[in-house]
Amino acid sequence: MNNKDLYNYILGIADNSLILGQRLGELCGHGPTLETDIAGTNISLDLIGQTRSYYQYAAKIQGEGKSEDDIAFLRLERDYKNVLLVEQPNTHFGYVMGRQYLFDVYHLLLMQGLANSADETLAAIAKKGIKEVSYHKRFSGDWVKRLGDGTEESNEKMQEAIDDLWTYTDELFDLTESDEKMISEGIGVDASAFKNQYYDEVTALLKEANLQVPEGKYFIRGGKKGVHSEHMGYLLADLQYMQRTYPNMEW
Amino acid sequence: MSEKEIKSLEEIFEARIARDEKIEPKDWMPEKYRKTHIRQISQHAHSEIVGMLPEGNWITRAPSLRRKAALLAKVQDEAGHGLYLYAACETLGVSRDELFEQLHSGKAKYSSIFNYPTITWADMGAIGWLVDGAAIINQVPLCNTSFGPYARAMVRVCKEESFHQRQGFEIMLKLCNGTPEQKEMAQDALNRWWWPSLMMLGPTDAESIHTEQSMKWKLKRKTNDELRQQFIDQTVPQADVLGLTIPDPDLKWNEETGHYDFGEIDWDEFWQVVKGHGPCNKKRMKDRVSAWENGAWVRDAAMAYAEKQENKKVAKAS
Repeated sequence: MNNKDLYNYILGIADNSLILGQRLGELCGHGPTLETDIAGTNISLDLIGQTRSYYQYAAKIQGEGKSEDDIAFLRLERDYKNVLLVEQPNTHFGYVMGRQYLFDVYHLLLMQGLANSADETLAAIAKKGIKEVSYHKRFSGDWVKRLGDGTEESNEKMQEAIDDLWTYTDELFDLTESDEKMISEGIGVDASAFKNQYYDEVTALLKEANLQVPEGKYFIRGGKKGVHSEHMGYLLADLQYMQRTYPNMEW
Repeated sequence: MSEKEIKSLEEIFEARIARDEKIEPKDWMPEKYRKTHIRQISQHAHSEIVGMLPEGNWITRAPSLRRKAALLAKVQDEAGHGLYLYAACETLGVSRDELFEQLHSGKAKYSSIFNYPTITWADMGAIGWLVDGAAIINQVPLCNTSFGPYARAMVRVCKEESFHQRQGFEIMLKLCNGTPEQKEMAQDALNRWWWPSLMMLGPTDAESIHTEQSMKWKLKRKTNDELRQQFIDQTVPQADVLGLTIPDPDLKWNEETGHYDFGEIDWDEFWQVVKGHGPCNKKRMKDRVSAWENGAWVRDAAMAYAEKQENKKVAKAS
């Protein structure tokens, strides 16, 4: 491998997009309104598009003649490095929007940093991604507000989702060894540097949405090291089904 | 209004249609015209959104990222078609909620083809190639139909549908040029989707109750049987390109007529599915109804929030 750290760094970002895109893909045709269905599909499509750009680049860096699909579909669970937040299930629409918002705020800050990366390809992917992710954040943030400050029932449901998902937020700012190497080379973004900004922004919106900011000090982490929640295996069973059942074929 | 006055309005109305003028929502129209259009446009809209389900079924299992993205885009297009067809329907004085209610109660119909299951990846190819292919044949003439909002919606729908159809054919082509297993998967999909696709073009002319009036209003330009023949004539050579066999032993080119002769359609199966007893009728409705019911608290919240925002604005202004 030419540059293992760069490869790992790209996957650390791309796997989040893949797994969240996959989760949103489950909802197609099952949303509360036609408009939210369209928006959810659209966000999923953006994320899968980003994933493809990252994996194509990662395959090139890897230099083993593999394709974007090899990387997407043919790894073992422990080799996916997405954060635990994005693999959490679509329990109800409050969870879907809560998960999205808690990720989008982070995602946009990351993209804004990555747009200045010393690596031109990553910078280009990020610049394109900024527009998409800004829209995602507006959409999910608006829904968190609507649900938080809507009816009593919706407030309870949105609060339940935020309380449950909050425990996965801290992991977003963990740095792996490859992250640190890439940061030192001016390629990677130091997510720990915008952690306070992230929590300030999220806190402000939750308050505006009439929601309590969870006070829990205990966080769950593991995705970045490939130690996932029990949901992940099922998600991968769907995702990998065709490639595993019919190996080495073109589609 | 006296009967005589209505009669003269009707004559003017029919004359406008005969001159190929578009009827717009605010124009006077006979009640039957309004009702027929609500029925047909909403049925079309329902077909788009129920049609999202069998294809949505494969989004999480699409075999490559490229296919996953294309399928997401396709299903999103269908939701978009549903959206503007409902909007076209609303111009006739019926709300989207009422139309959903008609769908969920079983009063309104949608295309029966979506009551068949999608059980392999090749079904994504077959639906694009055959189902969208048959839909286009049905829909292209509607770009010139008399009701303006419907005609304009159909121009966009048809453009996107023909893209979907090519995409479906391309999925099939890839399978047919692939391994024997892939080709078998493609043949199996054709075997299952061929006859339902023919049925999609509607009952035979003798059994079709709406044809005559619909022809007059340009909701229809050709009869069901003519459309079916056109679909078969167009599709058989495509199957040849794929190297697949159409599952009809009676299918034969007829030099004299310049068309393909084909075998007997199983109309019992057609009516069984139309009447709600196909393989997936119950599941499709259950999915739609539960999406709607599970989403009620979300829609209520959005309404309540919008009201609160409005009140805040008013309070600020005063």
